[in-house]
Amino acid sequence: MYFNARSALAIYRREMARAFRTAFQSILSPVLTTSLYFVVFGSVIGARMEPIGGVPYGAFIIPGLLMLTLLGETTSNASFGIYMPRFTGTIYELLSAPVGVAETLAGFVGAAATKGLILAAIILGTATFFVDYEIKYPLLAAFYIMLVAASFALFGFILGIWADSFEKLGIIPMLILTPLTFLGGTFYSIRELPSPWDAVALANPIAFLVSGLRYSFYGVSDVPIGVSLGLTIGFLALCTLVIAVIFRTGWRLRE
Amino acid sequence: MSEPILSIRGLTKTYKNGPRALDSVDLDIRPGEIFALLGPNGAGKTTLIGAVCGLVRPTGGTITAFGQDLSRDWRKARARIGLVPQELATDMFETVWRAIAYSQGLFGRPYDPARLEEILRSLSLWDKKDAQIRALSGGMKRRVLIAKALAHEPELLFLDEPTAGVDVELRKDMWQQIAALKERGVTIILTTHYIEEAEEMADRVGIIRGGRILMVDEKRAMMERLGTTEAVITLAAPLAAIPPALAGFPVEIGADGMQLIYRGGNGQGGGRAQVAQLTQALTRADIAYTSLDIHDSSLEDIFVGLLGEKEAA
Repeated sequence: MYFNARSALAIYRREMARAFRTAFQSILSPVLTTSLYFVVFGSVIGARMEPIGGVPYGAFIIPGLLMLTLLGETTSNASFGIYMPRFTGTIYELLSAPVGVAETLAGFVGAAATKGLILAAIILGTATFFVDYEIKYPLLAAFYIMLVAASFALFGFILGIWADSFEKLGIIPMLILTPLTFLGGTFYSIRELPSPWDAVALANPIAFLVSGLRYSFYGVSDVPIGVSLGLTIGFLALCTLVIAVIFRTGWRLRE
Repeated sequence: MSEPILSIRGLTKTYKNGPRALDSVDLDIRPGEIFALLGPNGAGKTTLIGAVCGLVRPTGGTITAFGQDLSRDWRKARARIGLVPQELATDMFETVWRAIAYSQGLFGRPYDPARLEEILRSLSLWDKKDAQIRALSGGMKRRVLIAKALAHEPELLFLDEPTAGVDVELRKDMWQQIAALKERGVTIILTTHYIEEAEEMADRVGIIRGGRILMVDEKRAMMERLGTTEAVITLAAPLAAIPPALAGFPVEIGADGMQLIYRGGNGQGGGRAQVAQLTQALTRADIAYTSLDIHDSSLEDIFVGLLGEKEAA
């Protein structure tokens, strides 16, 4: 398959420049919000909570909070990245360029994922000011964060193509991803839920993501790490397939 | 004749639940020419451009650019095609420089600041290179779009209504720039509502309506073939009928006998010569006149007449 690296790089650079141009909204705002979670739930309330699975509460919530930001921001960044050119009409340039699905994804999704990774690094750095924690499997954590960032950037890209209004653009991150992340064991262990809610909670796919990331941090999880990894890789593959079909059919891109 | 740079055969586009926007369009564009595509709103001009540039998925037909089938070798062909859209669609918060550097990279070209500077200087945008696009006037924004389209040095350039909403002075300035592009060997296809624009610049003209190409011809040939001269001669005294001395001329009497109206000739001066003969005939027949008003038909007259004929048919 032909890949035009210059085209992909041009899209990537522009998307990254857009993020830094709107640094307050793209970077500072989510970091500030997550820091407040650390202050309230990690330092203030967390100091009075019992450890969960041997992990102090303040440290326990770090993977969940990281996942909350990562899912929301990568999805929003990628969806906004492709929605805005559609909304303003500048997509004509992308569609008329010698650029295929690979370059487009590398540019838009790569930039959204990079922004997610930068945010994750800043949030983890910020967390050290409020909570003591150590990452047990740093390589696995880095891989998992990259995997989740890439998957949800792809998902956001689909969302940005699907949406035909700003309202729709915000619906999925605000009304689905955020509630599911809260209910997916960000602030508690699903195992500690009374029956049947522990089983019900596992119907939430985000619970597998939070659990997987928590395993890479502390070696404890609600579901086996293999299941979490498999589910995430499967989601990534599904999103890639959907985008390939979108480009092949031109759905919502070409008239 | 050289091979066409763009060849369209049987191009059809039917929108879902909508009208047929293009109906078996056949069109050949010659290298190095300026081709003006004229047509009323909704005629299919933008759809035709969109189909070539990858914005519209054709329902049927083939498009060959630079000898390559666009449905198969779209990457190679698109790298050599530029598009200036009708709408002022650009990232308003971007600077001019970054916007055109992005276009250069997007089309697979290495970053070439010298080339970008040359483009900006040629479009009188150099002193605005660090300005945000939103701070520019409408005319300058349109120039930015042209600069973006030129950043990858296209050999075939589509200009969709390039001077829409541009004042007269700037429009003439743009005509010069388009002429300069032609001199550099760029083939240009433009759509326009300003028929005078086509008359001023185009080598060939195509007229499209209802998704069908009604006519394609050299501008000069079209004007020669379809052009006419109209002369209105105001008489000193009324005429009741055409005098025998004027029987050979295509004239009629108007304004209660006070005017003699000539309609004839061609778009290449034949009509004016005949009007001169007509005035001599009037003098010989001792018919006095007080004024003479001559008007050669413009491309616009031909365009309106042609569309009117098709509508009547």
